[in-house]
Amino acid sequence: MKSSNAAPMGVIILGASSAIAEAVARRLATKGVRLGLVARDAVKLAAIGDDLRIRGAPQIAVRAWDLAAGPAPGALAELAQEMGGADTVLIAYGLLGDQALAEADGAAALELLQVNFTSAVSWALESSRVLATICGAHGLVVGLGSVAGDRGRKSNFVYGAAKGGLALALQGMAHRSALTGAPRGMVVKLGFVDTPMTAGFKKGGPLWSTPDQAAAAIVQAMARPKAIVYAPWFWRWIALIIRLLPEAVFNRADL
Amino acid sequence: MSAPFVSQSYRSWGGVTRTARPVAHPKWRQELAGLLGGARDRGDVLGVGLGRSYGDSGLDAGGRLICGRGLDRFMAFDPQTGVLRAEAGASLDDILQLVAPRGWFLPTTPGTRFVTLGGAVANDVHGKNHHRAGSFGLHVRRLGLIRSDRGALELSREQEPQLFFATLGGLGLTGFIAWVELQLAPTPSSFLDQEAIGFSGLDGYFDLLADSHDRFEHVAAWIDCSATGGGLGRGVMFRANWSAEGGLVTHERRLKLTLPLEAPGWVLNRWSVGAFNSLYYSVHGSRHGLRRIPYAAGFYPLDAIGGWNRLYGRAGFFQHQSVIPEGVAREAVRKMLERISASGQGSFLAVLKSFGGKDSGGLVSFPRPGASLALDFPNRGAETLDLLDRLDAIVADAGGRIYPAKDGRMSAAMFQQGYPRWRALEALRDPSFQSAFWRRVTQS
Repeated sequence: MKSSNAAPMGVIILGASSAIAEAVARRLATKGVRLGLVARDAVKLAAIGDDLRIRGAPQIAVRAWDLAAGPAPGALAELAQEMGGADTVLIAYGLLGDQALAEADGAAALELLQVNFTSAVSWALESSRVLATICGAHGLVVGLGSVAGDRGRKSNFVYGAAKGGLALALQGMAHRSALTGAPRGMVVKLGFVDTPMTAGFKKGGPLWSTPDQAAAAIVQAMARPKAIVYAPWFWRWIALIIRLLPEAVFNRADL
Repeated sequence: MSAPFVSQSYRSWGGVTRTARPVAHPKWRQELAGLLGGARDRGDVLGVGLGRSYGDSGLDAGGRLICGRGLDRFMAFDPQTGVLRAEAGASLDDILQLVAPRGWFLPTTPGTRFVTLGGAVANDVHGKNHHRAGSFGLHVRRLGLIRSDRGALELSREQEPQLFFATLGGLGLTGFIAWVELQLAPTPSSFLDQEAIGFSGLDGYFDLLADSHDRFEHVAAWIDCSATGGGLGRGVMFRANWSAEGGLVTHERRLKLTLPLEAPGWVLNRWSVGAFNSLYYSVHGSRHGLRRIPYAAGFYPLDAIGGWNRLYGRAGFFQHQSVIPEGVAREAVRKMLERISASGQGSFLAVLKSFGGKDSGGLVSFPRPGASLALDFPNRGAETLDLLDRLDAIVADAGGRIYPAKDGRMSAAMFQQGYPRWRALEALRDPSFQSAFWRRVTQS
């Protein structure tokens, strides 16, 4: 369907109504990529679908699913067929949640883990199975990770643990692909992005990027996949420093 | 769930007023009703876009702002007929990226493509082709408006025409403009054949005008504000038609240069402005050339510099754009240029153009037949305000008026005299919508 270093032809986006996912979809639509869009809200999906069709997506199929419930048998394969074939799945949905609430309330913690880890990994596995039948080793499963998943810290370690776990699963899929020819895995670890999800944060400054800047990095990474990509690029070095900080130093920082 | 209101620093384009405001950034049309609900208890709201209005027409009156920029989806586009429907937060830049390569263009465009569709409607913006195309509102086919008292409405010339026309140039006061359906204009290419002709005084401008309007779609003149005496009103007329050649391409989206910081206040002073103007005249004034240029170079020269308003420093600047009825225009423009020259406060960029007779029907739309002079002045406090009041007096004497989108200081009397139909707009204003401008010019 495509060589290992080429722009995708058909992309399924799980969580298509997030600001970053929509910016990715616009960039793909402009390049003439076929799209499969999945999100919970059918009204939002319709608005996004109209927009992407006008921007140039040659074929679009939409599904209103509750992604946190995990995949239903056969549903993803059917979506891929309706959109005229897929070679990439982007897992873009997520829930930032509230760390204090997750620590106080078991149900809130379970929800964070269910959305960001349990369901996301099961979608990654289902995506890999579906892509294997369509395009084998050319298939690509991309997940949106977070630099919060690189080292557990006080302010968001439940979310971070879930995102870190998802990253490990995708990294493992990348490894498996190299050895067996199964579809590849890639995690794109994002830093601070100015989206409705981060509405409560004080924003601005050089570390914040726009959804479109994050999207540009994601689309670029899709054309040249690696197991782990940081977006924007400088987060690779910030994350490295944070990981390497000795515990005695790290424990003095209120992060 | 609706986007929350979060306090953020907010300024208008002129930068004279800047404060922290509660601003919401909705991403979905279905959030809007929730943001308007309860407005009575939490103060009035005002919808805003890219913040290109210069003064206070895009600032709230002690209430809250709803930024519509995140509502930027295309809803329908027919490449055969050139009818485009889009959410009102889509910018003209976004629209041109889509339509220019397909052989369509905005029916008329202001001097920046960084305005939203909603802002273009709310200010009934105009361009250099007013004598042919009229203002933006003339090309609006339908509108989606959300009101705090009536919910979502669809308006057109046939469906609730009163509210439709009140919304064209209605300064965003009739409700939140959610989407706009626009008739685009076909273009043979994405290039303009532009001619530049110097003239040595105001009479030269008016002599060139009739011939230019007959033969050219886009006409505007730059005036050398540093010239005095015999050279008063000298300048360069730029006139252009769409080129038959060059092909259909879109503009480069990346900016050539962005000003990262505000310049120190002294950068634009009497001498630097004078030197720039004299140099500009000596370069262009003597050239009679026909050049093929990309549309962005013809329509949006200042857009190449991101944040050019920062050149004016912390104190900001004022714009003064007036329109003077035909017949008395030549005399009134001459008086204004003399007044500026005598004040020693040079205008960095002075643009003179002439409007035709096409009327959008907007109740407080700015354009009317006559000559329109646009000026900008660094804010030097009382002396600048005094000069602007004196310019207003000349405009009022001639029966002209001032452009609300550019204004942050005209008197209520000046506004009400220029826009006798303002009470009709006040009657159709959404009771929960208010702007600092509207309160200033109607309640004082």
